[in-house]
Amino acid sequence: MKPAPFSFVRPQGLQHALEALAADPGAKVLAGGQSLVPLLSMRLAAPSTLVDINALPDLDHVRVDDSGVRVGALARQADVLGSDDVRRVQPLLSLALSQVAHATIRNRGTVVGSLVHADAAAELPMVLTLLGGSVSVASATGTRTIPAAELYAGPLESTLHHDEIAVEALFPGLGPGEGVAFEEVSRRHGDYALCGVAAVVRVEGAHVAEARVGYMSVADVPTVVDLTTALVEEVAQRPSRRARNQGELSDQAVSAAAELALQHLDPADDLHASSAYRAQLVRVLTAHALRAAHDDAVVRGGAPG
Amino acid sequence: MSEELYDVRLTVNGVAHDVRVPARRLLSDALRHDLGLTGTHVGCEHGVCGACTVLVDGRPARSCLMFAVSAVDSSITTVEGLTRDDGTLGPVQQAFAECHGLQCGFCTPGFLTTITAGLADHPSPTEDDAREMVAGNLCRCTGYTNIVKSVLRAAALRDGRRTPSPGTEESET
Repeated sequence: MKPAPFSFVRPQGLQHALEALAADPGAKVLAGGQSLVPLLSMRLAAPSTLVDINALPDLDHVRVDDSGVRVGALARQADVLGSDDVRRVQPLLSLALSQVAHATIRNRGTVVGSLVHADAAAELPMVLTLLGGSVSVASATGTRTIPAAELYAGPLESTLHHDEIAVEALFPGLGPGEGVAFEEVSRRHGDYALCGVAAVVRVEGAHVAEARVGYMSVADVPTVVDLTTALVEEVAQRPSRRARNQGELSDQAVSAAAELALQHLDPADDLHASSAYRAQLVRVLTAHALRAAHDDAVVRGGAPG
Repeated sequence: MSEELYDVRLTVNGVAHDVRVPARRLLSDALRHDLGLTGTHVGCEHGVCGACTVLVDGRPARSCLMFAVSAVDSSITTVEGLTRDDGTLGPVQQAFAECHGLQCGFCTPGFLTTITAGLADHPSPTEDDAREMVAGNLCRCTGYTNIVKSVLRAAALRDGRRTPSPGTEESET
């Protein structure tokens, strides 16, 4: 349980870090280390060089602006979770962060590091994908922005090039009429989820205008499914005006939505749960998340501001 | 082939230590092997059990998930740093002793550091707060009941309260 030998650099500037990374094809970036160090200790990874970016200046910001929440590469998960501005501008990010491991891990772990670690069982990649966010990356030759939809190539595989460092993530803010919810089931509090579901529901008046749901641990990559059709048709068919105005989603609607979602997912068997159980979690958690996000949208729509 | 060594200055419990270590030396191993501070215990060595938890700039962190070479700019506090200046037990240590918060003691250093920082953030925890505070630390002996009591007792001791807080009434004396 000791890592294999490696060389170590701890640059004081981004340019130096990018050059160090480009200089060794076997180099890896070390930020919070809460996912990388266990991989090294279990010898599932053995990079020849670690480029420790923890001493780089001006990368620990957590800012909110008109486009949403901007998180620098060295912002710890605990700091983002503790930000009232973040909770106001994009509550789904705060909801998801509270489910990431335990407080002690969040004290070191970074949001951006988790995003580019690209674990399909992790909360943050799924939330970034659901919100249509992006990651800004830098290399010795320039910078580019990768939309979340193009960020995940496979299990633990992002589309960053070897010589690139992710410097900032953008989580778009909550839009008008939107509500959010996050639900997951894990064997123990703080463990990886057997299935995790996040929902963004947008209402216009008493109608559901849009419903998108993100899934973790039930596909090889974070997966987002648009479930709007299942809910919109259902609302139109409601028997009475009263039922429509109540704005509650029916059992049939959320069941149809969950079945639609399952067509896009691939729940797998493993040591912790059977594929059938994971599919059942998709059904149950989709219903919970859709209802909660719908309620959240209705409450926010009714609240001033 | 000999492994490349790095000169590292670690600041632990307020004292600077100069050590020469390979890059792969985990902070937990540097504390124990290079500095002789064996109060920090190493359990799972992949961040799950919490026994190796130390304070990094005042915040709990797994010392098995940090490299010593990465800790150069940080101030580290280990369980040895939790005693008072006169050598008597700190409030969390005292509470564990009073409430039987430990049995075999292997996990205890991680609990003591975690709770010390937790009480700085939540000086008057409820029982639920106490359970949340220690949720990332595993104990195989106690069943956690007396650890939760210890958290509440430690909060009282920090306040200078001499009478037991409500959660510690059943603790043996």
